[in-house]
Amino acid sequence: MVEFTLWDIVRNLALAARWTVVLSLMAFIGGGVVGAALLVLRLMPSRIGRAFVEGYVELFQGTPLLVQLFLAYFGIALLGVNTSAWTAAALALTLYTSAFLVEIWRGCVEAVPRGQWEGGTSLALSFGETLRHVILPQALTVAIAPTVGFLVQVIKGTALASVIGFVELTKTATMVTNATFRPFVVYSCVGLIYFVLCYPISLIAKRFERKLYAARR
Amino acid sequence: MVALDFGAILADWRTLLVGVGWTLGLTAVSAVLGLLLGIAFAWARSEGPAPLRVVVGAYVELIRNTPFIVQLFFIFFGLPAAGFRLSPEIASVIAMVANLSGYATEIVRAGVEATPRGQREAAISLALSRTHIFLYVVVPPALRRIWPALVSQIIIVMLGSAVCGQISVPELTFAANLIQSRNFRSFEAFIIVAAIYLILAFLVRRLLRWAGPRFVFGR
Repeated sequence: MVEFTLWDIVRNLALAARWTVVLSLMAFIGGGVVGAALLVLRLMPSRIGRAFVEGYVELFQGTPLLVQLFLAYFGIALLGVNTSAWTAAALALTLYTSAFLVEIWRGCVEAVPRGQWEGGTSLALSFGETLRHVILPQALTVAIAPTVGFLVQVIKGTALASVIGFVELTKTATMVTNATFRPFVVYSCVGLIYFVLCYPISLIAKRFERKLYAARR
Repeated sequence: MVALDFGAILADWRTLLVGVGWTLGLTAVSAVLGLLLGIAFAWARSEGPAPLRVVVGAYVELIRNTPFIVQLFFIFFGLPAAGFRLSPEIASVIAMVANLSGYATEIVRAGVEATPRGQREAAISLALSRTHIFLYVVVPPALRRIWPALVSQIIIVMLGSAVCGQISVPELTFAANLIQSRNFRSFEAFIIVAAIYLILAFLVRRLLRWAGPRFVFGR
């Protein structure tokens, strides 16, 4: 029988953490792009766009991410496309992330006083110009802290991709456990690795938040 | 175009109903225990002795910065290796309570810290003990302030319980997996289950908003 040292376990898990990072970045960037598009749609003076985004947010915030992953996995296959766990995980996590980001950012835009919109209009700026030159620069300062904070949720969310067979940190943990029969050690290490990934980001988010409050006082 | 057959899923409504029961049951138990624990931890964090503050602070950060699925697997697969053997259901409840209490601690603490100073001073001048002040003067209005956030967190935990199916707790997502393994209607099964989750999230939110002022913190 092969003996596994603690180093073997840690090394394999640390290597697998790369895929957690890659998937998180993909979901975060993709979600950011889709979220920004949804935000514009949400803010436009059109009822249909607004209702669409509201429904979208309800849908993704009211169902488990795990079910969304299953839906993406089986849904893409149903269209006749050969799915990999990669595509399904990236798609589901992107949509999930965008639904949360658009809601966070909408809150930040609403924190900008209404008079700023009216000011833009009275200067004959179009909707797009007001948004770009007046509203977004102000909303951006408020948005940084919660956006960074949400990255932690995305990283934790990628752990669910293990269920549809995407080999990242959590999936590797299951595989390493099956090889070594040391679940206590393996899952402790995995928890620690997630903590090492997420905690610094949480701290940065908290610092941004404090800075913002200090500036507003 | 693919033909979708939702009838095949709904025919197995018994399995779905059991799933709904388990999802709601797990959520109810962990909401009550998680909130109680969250209040206790919030006390420890803001008024407890220094070592306790550090320990609870570390616990909160550990819970908030690791995925729920890892917490669950650690409890269900990891702890038996250290001598604690747990059934899937008990392991799920422990994981959900642990998870919710971590978030609830921070939420309740935010409410506790927003208590106006004058109220504490008034309570002190009425010769109330520190415990009484915390339980009867500080906590109820704090809960009222943070109730919406707490309700959202409970919903998040309910949706998170979908993962418990992975260790064979017969909750809603497990039901979907079971049904699709019988008739291969996987997409339809998860569409239906997603719709049920949406309804549950809506109803639970309504229920908690209604119940809060009546049973938890008074009007």
